[in-house]
Amino acid sequence: MKQGGTYTLASMKLGERAVIDSFTDNEMSLKLLEMGCTPGETIVVDNIAPMGDPIAIFVSGYLLSLRKKEASTILVKPAMNS
Amino acid sequence: MKIALAGNPNSGKSTLFNELTGLNQKTGNFPGVTVDKKVGYANLLNKSGLVIQASFIDLPGTYSLQPRSIDEEVACEILKNKNHPDYPDVVVVVVDATNLKRNLFLVTQIIELELPVVVALNMIDLAGHLGISDKASVLAERLGVPVVPISARNEQGISELKTILSGLIMPSTIKFAPANENPAVESIERYNVISALVNDIVKEDRPDNKISLTHRLDKLLTHRIWGYLIFLLVLFFIFQSIFYIAAFPMQWGEKLFIRFSDLGHLYLPKGELSDLLINGVLSGLSGVVIFVPQIALLFGFIALLEDTGYMARVSFIMDKLMRRFGLNGRSVIPLISGVACAVPAVMGTRTISSWKERLVTILITPLMSCSARLPVYTLLISLIFPAGTSSGFFNAHGLVLMLMYLIGFMAAMAAALVMKFIIKTKEKSYFIMELPVYRAPRWTNVAYTIYDKVKVFLFDAGKVIVAISVILWVLSSHGPSGKFAEIESRYNTVPTSDLADNNALIAAQKLEASYAGMLGKAIEPAIAPLGFDWKIGIALISSFAAREVFVGTMATIYSVGDAQNTMSIREKMMIEKNVTTGEPLYSKAVGLSLMIFFAFAMQCMSTLAVVKRETKSWKWPVIQFLYMGIMAYGASFVVYTLFK
Repeated sequence: MKQGGTYTLASMKLGERAVIDSFTDNEMSLKLLEMGCTPGETIVVDNIAPMGDPIAIFVSGYLLSLRKKEASTILVKPAMNS
Repeated sequence: MKIALAGNPNSGKSTLFNELTGLNQKTGNFPGVTVDKKVGYANLLNKSGLVIQASFIDLPGTYSLQPRSIDEEVACEILKNKNHPDYPDVVVVVVDATNLKRNLFLVTQIIELELPVVVALNMIDLAGHLGISDKASVLAERLGVPVVPISARNEQGISELKTILSGLIMPSTIKFAPANENPAVESIERYNVISALVNDIVKEDRPDNKISLTHRLDKLLTHRIWGYLIFLLVLFFIFQSIFYIAAFPMQWGEKLFIRFSDLGHLYLPKGELSDLLINGVLSGLSGVVIFVPQIALLFGFIALLEDTGYMARVSFIMDKLMRRFGLNGRSVIPLISGVACAVPAVMGTRTISSWKERLVTILITPLMSCSARLPVYTLLISLIFPAGTSSGFFNAHGLVLMLMYLIGFMAAMAAALVMKFIIKTKEKSYFIMELPVYRAPRWTNVAYTIYDKVKVFLFDAGKVIVAISVILWVLSSHGPSGKFAEIESRYNTVPTSDLADNNALIAAQKLEASYAGMLGKAIEPAIAPLGFDWKIGIALISSFAAREVFVGTMATIYSVGDAQNTMSIREKMMIEKNVTTGEPLYSKAVGLSLMIFFAFAMQCMSTLAVVKRETKSWKWPVIQFLYMGIMAYGASFVVYTLFK
């Protein structure tokens, strides 16, 4: 799902780096914001569970695991330097 | 003085709490809600040498003051409501110094409540390379509150924190984010302020050693083959410990209680009161106390896995599988502990944050074949499958036993699936979870957890178990007036050669005439379709308190008519005839039906008591009792009809 150069976190591959752009789910975004997923923050997909879901991302200094469903509400854009 | 401890999960809040209060802790409930409340006490010394008594409240870990779970609601309510009985005089916000940005989110929110706040900058030893400890004063100035660098696990900075707490602390008046109707906009603004603040005090370099070590460990521990294999090995090790290590202290405990009851029989005057004390209260107490080693070990292991960060990984690799059944990655450990004993397993569901997923886990856990079913299964299997039905390595007995465990597990999963659709909840299922970095276990924390869980089990569940035991004693040792005296006089006038036999006979007849016996006869029509007679009925009723009671009850009942008392319970049951057909009573059909009944029925008062405690209402234990009973009855009926 690409919207003006953005794609969702759920579509990212292991080890891929990106910058958080915006959220598509209002309720989920609050939870994610609290956990340090703010627009402009760089994330790296650090781990994917053996059955493909959930995933773990490295964000603002720690590891955050979330389900694919939740990851699909985060829109990201390519990181400037990687 | 009331001091609240707030902070993110994994910020080291509990370690600091233990450090500050030692064993002066109490666990209770927050008024009106179903969340645990930990309060501890300590004396603080102020500058003029006066002793100030302080009570510390360990608030549930939370990431923000916008509550989304019951735990978080409690924390917010206490901090926001001036009329709350636990409204604090001072709030200590524990901050993980290695993750300042996310932790400061909560700090700034709490500061804006205009409460006196102290920030405990924890894990300062691990954050050394970021140069934070020198910048504590800068941070204090920017936040407008005292900031104390500490390392709770190394007992660093604790006395400095105590000194500050004993002095006068003024609330900060700084506002960090302008209030906005849209909470998302407000959150982003708040983060902008925090980012600027953090960038000013921390060198933004992150070749973080502990993360890279965690990353390497995760490669192995969440690997699609090794990850599951290591998990199975860990489980195997825990089981072995619970079954074998706990067996020794459990045996000592049992022996101790037998000694007590022998002493009671010897020295207490014969009579109702002594009987109640020995057979009611004491046997009830033994039923509580002998579980302590299992509970201590299991919770020790769980605390250890939790503390090192491994448990989060188990949830991570199991979440997708469990989700299909309406469960959560965090349901795995309680379900597996259930094979030892459902009591600690139900207490272990605390780690599941979604109420619905936790509830379903609690409701299905007793379907896992616990160790109390083992003696029942063993007796019945040997009864209906004569020895010798083995071919080489495969032994029919072992296979049937394994099948019973499998049936229990599949029933649990099926029940979960049904409940997934029945139980409605407004709470959304989240799996947004921090994967903490791996670290060495803090043994004192593990010890505190064991101490706390054992205390809760002994006092909360213990009360109910003892009460039920007393009721059961009354029912089985009393009957309609005159009946018991009549039985005794009948046997006293007809002397037999063997006095012990005579006593067993009297006991059996008394049981038949007791209220419990009457109950057995009363329910006989109801259980006849399952192939059970009134004698099994008594055993069923008595084993509703605890499954292992079944074997003992059977032994008592079948003492009747065995004058020489040379046969084992198994042999006695084997020759028992069906009154109407003259066929052996314990046919395959009856035996299988009985086993299935024991596999599904909720015959454990201890578990019900713990479920009541954990769900804080009678509703769920009642529902659990009913659904498992209906399942047991239905399955037994089908099995009996099929094999008859």
